[in-house]
Amino acid sequence: MTSKLLTGAIGAAIIAIGASAVHAGTLDDVKAKGFVQCGVNGSNLAGFGAQDASGNWSGLDIDLCKAVAAAVFGDATKVKFTPLSAKDRFPALQSGEIDMLARNTTWSASRDSQLGFDFRAINYYDGQGFMAKKELGVKSALELNGASVCVQSGTTTELNLSDYFRANKMEFKPVVFEAQDEADAAYNAGRCDVYTTDASGLYSIRLKMANPDDHVVLPEIISKEPLGPAVRQNDSKWFDVVTYAHYAMVTAEEFGITQANVEEMKKSENPDIKRFLGEEADSTIGADLGLPKDWAVQIVKAVGNYGESFERNVGAGSPLKIQRGLNALWSKGGLQYAPPIR
Amino acid sequence: MAVTDARLRGGDAEPKVSLLYNPALRSYAYQAITIIVIVWAVWYAWTNAAANLARANMQAGFGFLNSRAGFDIAQTLISYSSDSTYFRALEVGLLNTLVIAFFGVITATIVGLLVGIGRLSPNWLISRLCTVYVEIFRNIPPLLVIFFWYLGVLALLPTIRSILQGLKPAVGQDPVAVPSFFISNRGIYMPAPIAGEGFGIVVAAFITGIVLAIIFTIWANRRQLATGKRPPVLWVNLALIVLFPMVIFFVVGRPLTLDYAVPGAFNLKGGMVIGPEFLALYLALSLYTAAFIAEIVRAGIRGVSKGQSEAAYALGIRPGLTTRLVVLPQALRIIIPPLTSQYLNLIKNSSLAVAVGYADLVAVGGTILNQSGKSIEIISIWMLIYVSISLTTSLFMNWFNAKMALVER
Repeated sequence: MTSKLLTGAIGAAIIAIGASAVHAGTLDDVKAKGFVQCGVNGSNLAGFGAQDASGNWSGLDIDLCKAVAAAVFGDATKVKFTPLSAKDRFPALQSGEIDMLARNTTWSASRDSQLGFDFRAINYYDGQGFMAKKELGVKSALELNGASVCVQSGTTTELNLSDYFRANKMEFKPVVFEAQDEADAAYNAGRCDVYTTDASGLYSIRLKMANPDDHVVLPEIISKEPLGPAVRQNDSKWFDVVTYAHYAMVTAEEFGITQANVEEMKKSENPDIKRFLGEEADSTIGADLGLPKDWAVQIVKAVGNYGESFERNVGAGSPLKIQRGLNALWSKGGLQYAPPIR
Repeated sequence: MAVTDARLRGGDAEPKVSLLYNPALRSYAYQAITIIVIVWAVWYAWTNAAANLARANMQAGFGFLNSRAGFDIAQTLISYSSDSTYFRALEVGLLNTLVIAFFGVITATIVGLLVGIGRLSPNWLISRLCTVYVEIFRNIPPLLVIFFWYLGVLALLPTIRSILQGLKPAVGQDPVAVPSFFISNRGIYMPAPIAGEGFGIVVAAFITGIVLAIIFTIWANRRQLATGKRPPVLWVNLALIVLFPMVIFFVVGRPLTLDYAVPGAFNLKGGMVIGPEFLALYLALSLYTAAFIAEIVRAGIRGVSKGQSEAAYALGIRPGLTTRLVVLPQALRIIIPPLTSQYLNLIKNSSLAVAVGYADLVAVGGTILNQSGKSIEIISIWMLIYVSISLTTSLFMNWFNAKMALVER
């Protein structure tokens, strides 16, 4: 009886506290503290989130964080980065330690629902692949029966790996590491035959190897890995800001607006471009998002359009030399498509 | 009269003091305040967590333990596949933790005892070597010791590739005989014993042998006390524990086959393998803790008065026997309590497994935490299990300590 009473009392207290917990939106919090706290890759994943010797961050995910800061404050430097491992990233976002997570994170239904996050924008369409040493003479992932596979724990990669080998009735020995650097070192030392992660990551990790040409990325892509920024669920205003920061970059590429010509484009006669850049007299798009009128201009000035960011970080202008492929604009046969900004 | 009564009564009763200074009441009040503070703290933590979970639209509860894990684990002592539940995965992790703790504690104790005694050896070389050992391992963080073994020693062993290539016969040559033991950077491969029908009888014979040996030892001790003659305990016990099960083994027709490791496409297939992750963690934790145990043992031996060993020598007891029969039993009383702390440290340090990818409780739990997002639940499970293991160890050591304590007559 007493324990029932107690349980009831505690239950009531929880409901009371839960109902009375007033939480201002993240957008207001960010504006109040004056910077965006962005969770990024902590293991130097070149092209997505990496730090150079002098501590400067660069990468596709870094550009997105900067774009959000530029949109909110008109200043891309008002962003602080929290380097995170695959395992730590979700608790960091859940607990409010970071405002947004841009850490080559796969959007999946369970993360969207069970973990209490929201995903929408996809800043890189990826898929899981395998990398092996050339001397093994492996031509296809289907020849990997019995291999030892290095993989990072707490990733969708780990789950896809099990499913793929199971579906193809093959066996494998997982060698699981929490940090990507440890997995890299183990693969390099021959602890495993094969390394698996997102294909973009494989190219980046191959560059870190003593002799990149000794390693071959196998042709099979075994999963869909839409990578994008995540925010906490039920925070629509902040969710919109993060989402549209990416869409603004894509839209800018569509309109041919670049870092170099953005000031000039403001004078454009095209009403779509004028509206997008906040040059239309009665434009309220920025204000409705809770942002300054020239938010899109600030984004493009800070990081360029999506195409520029892509080429600089992972494409032709980077050591990774990844083709646009799925990440080309929809009008050029890819999947990058932004809703009309009007 | 009435006044006198009152005075008399007043005289009998305790002196009237303010309730504030009543010692009994005061101690109750302090306890009540303590309880209120604890209850409040727990309540606050609970409601705060619940409110935060509600805000993030997450449900608390342990129901998720029944859902499919979906990931594979390399080192499993019980059957497990990606189709098993999270609960099963946690069991695998817990067993892996217990295995490390068990072997680590035993090895650390043996090495620690030897090094501790060695430091007191009159032999200059032995005592200096033991000092160097203690000073090196005591002053390096355990994580570095683990990395030293994993990356500095085990990773440099022959690669599996070179082993597989060495086994390939050259063109026109006879096939190379496959050895049954391999030492590679992917672990130590050895034949796996597979119990056949009737092996249970051998196990039963072995257990019977141990029980008989204990009974014989007790009888032998009594006999020695009574007659002064010591029966050949060592030989009889060896026969009971080793020879007896061996004879039974051959009588029931050798019900044991060996499964040899054979070369496969990428790895050696079959057999039994001890992975480098386990080895690195096991060697690092036991050698690291052994350094501390050695110091405790040395302190314990030093704590026994020198007169004790001098008296033993005077009676003509040899130095080895003196240590074993006179010094160590007394030293144990000093050694056991701090030894318990070292055991607990070793068990808790086993959570460093995550650094080398050994699938212990923390590594497996971390993956589940990430996959399911149930941080609070997983962390409570971790805390509960570590507290249980540690308390069980403490209980056992306290019992052992009580048994070893000085019996006053």
